[in-house]
Amino acid sequence: MPQTITEKIIAKHCGKEEVSPGELVNIDLDVILAHEVTTPPAISALERNGIDQVFDPDKIVVTPDHFVPNKDEKTAELAKRLRDWVKKHKIKNYYEIGRHGICHTILIENGHVLPGMTVVAGDSHTCTHGVVGAFGMGIGSTELAAAIATGKSWFIVPETIKVEINGELGKGVYSKDVMLQILSKLGVDGATDKVIEYVGSTIDAMEVEDRVVLTNMAVEAGATLGIINPDKKTIKYVEQRSNKKYDLVKSDADAKFSSHKKFDVSSLEPMVAVPSLPSNGKTVSKVKDVKVDQAVVGSCTNGRIGDLREAAAVLKGNEVHKDVRMIVIPATTKIYKQALREGLLEQFIDANATVSTPTCGPCLGGHMGVLAEGERCIASTNRNFVGRMGHPKSEVYLASPATVAASAIDGKVADPRKYL
Amino acid sequence: MKGRAIVYKKNDIDTDLIIPAKYLNTDDPKELAEHAMEFLDVEFPKKVKEGDILVAGRNFGCGSSREHAIWCLTGNGVQAVIAESFARIFFRNGINYGLLPVVLEGATKKISDGDELEIDVKKGTVKNITSGKEFEIKPYPEFAMKIINAGGLMNYVKKEMNK
Ligand code: SF4
Repeated sequence: MPQTITEKIIAKHCGKEEVSPGELVNIDLDVILAHEVTTPPAISALERNGIDQVFDPDKIVVTPDHFVPNKDEKTAELAKRLRDWVKKHKIKNYYEIGRHGICHTILIENGHVLPGMTVVAGDSHTCTHGVVGAFGMGIGSTELAAAIATGKSWFIVPETIKVEINGELGKGVYSKDVMLQILSKLGVDGATDKVIEYVGSTIDAMEVEDRVVLTNMAVEAGATLGIINPDKKTIKYVEQRSNKKYDLVKSDADAKFSSHKKFDVSSLEPMVAVPSLPSNGKTVSKVKDVKVDQAVVGSCTNGRIGDLREAAAVLKGNEVHKDVRMIVIPATTKIYKQALREGLLEQFIDANATVSTPTCGPCLGGHMGVLAEGERCIASTNRNFVGRMGHPKSEVYLASPATVAASAIDGKVADPRKYL
Repeated sequence: MKGRAIVYKKNDIDTDLIIPAKYLNTDDPKELAEHAMEFLDVEFPKKVKEGDILVAGRNFGCGSSREHAIWCLTGNGVQAVIAESFARIFFRNGINYGLLPVVLEGATKKISDGDELEIDVKKGTVKNITSGKEFEIKPYPEFAMKIINAGGLMNYVKKEMNK
């Protein structure tokens, strides 16, 4: 029977020839990714139940990221519980502060996730890892506890929606704009319990790191996973980062999809998702005179080196508006160093933006840029729910790093193309 | 299972509304309980009583994977959530931790605030005792039933590991 890439990966990880949507499976896990918010409760759940077992310490990758460097005593406690557990179980893949970064970006950047693998984490954006042709699934802490103990995870094989994207992106239009457009059509529950498989000439033309936005924000449509069939770019990308063997699987040409959605993005304009759902995408030209108090470039969606370069290109020769706080947060320490070497950090600071050490920080309203009542932020992050970045009466607009930078200059939501 | 309904006629109640991220610095259900639904209804912790059943529209629990969204409700004694549909992770977290997620089409039309409800998982029904009407709920996958019957995923895993 013809199979999708997702079905093939699942089948191989539960010892079957093939699987079909709707079937219950219990799969072997290649990687468990852990951070300090959802993993300590999983550790406690294991302890409470007298289970002091880690299925394979070498398959666990850990980095504190959400509230680091620790923002208060309680988060310090969480990070400590994570660190103590790492030591106790001799987990080698631990990215302490100074080497740290946002968990999903760390995993991809260091070649821990490769095509054909299975990954889970207590984090909804684990769907990101489909970017290299892997199966990634977000789970809660109780399920994470079970996964840590047994190395397995159960679920029902999801159906796959094929999202085909064709056309060449115009200047100042990026993968983020494409994704906000797709979300505005799919809606926030348009892919619940399903996989989104992205295909088409636009995807082929994108670099792996730009594709991350599409797989990362698949969960914003409710999807279990966003996945892209590995191509030459993927292979080069992962082989630069790992010498481990991996299993290259792709969807069969006649694989079955639950639906097929087509998008032509050749005339797409920069997009902004207005409050308070990621599916509220509008073209930037329709969002007039919306003042912003803060502008954030960062997160697992858009905190990579390319994102910083794009924001810096817009800022070049310009300054952040006097009424705006612009915060730039490289997603990992490696990206931070690379940006430093390229002179990007200096460019940001010269333009009156501030640069933070890697952290999730404001993306979830954690710290490093929490909003007060009535304040508005434009951010390259992934969620703009009520109160996501602070006070329930604050607002978040989602956009590409270039649009964030242009808005920081103008002091209101702005089209980046005039600065390119 | 019997309980009183607290209804929110709203779709897409996300996990930031259920428990804002600033409270993710603890995993204590009692502490989280004080902030449950804070961004949607600050009065919720005062309104809610042991054994209550939350009722909402489509896509309940979308967003983050935080199980804190379950714990802040169980910490208030909420037994179940009835919604028109659930986001995937919230649904699983509910099953795994023992906050029963119930899918009922048109839930917010069939149930009003304060109605007395009875959920029968085995029969697959929700009875609105106040209105006297009984409705069929979406059946659970077999494996989910096993976890529900074991009293949560950890109990199930313990049993399996001791086999
Ligand atoms: S950057 Fe934001 S979305 Fe990504 S893992 Fe951190 S909190 Fe979650």
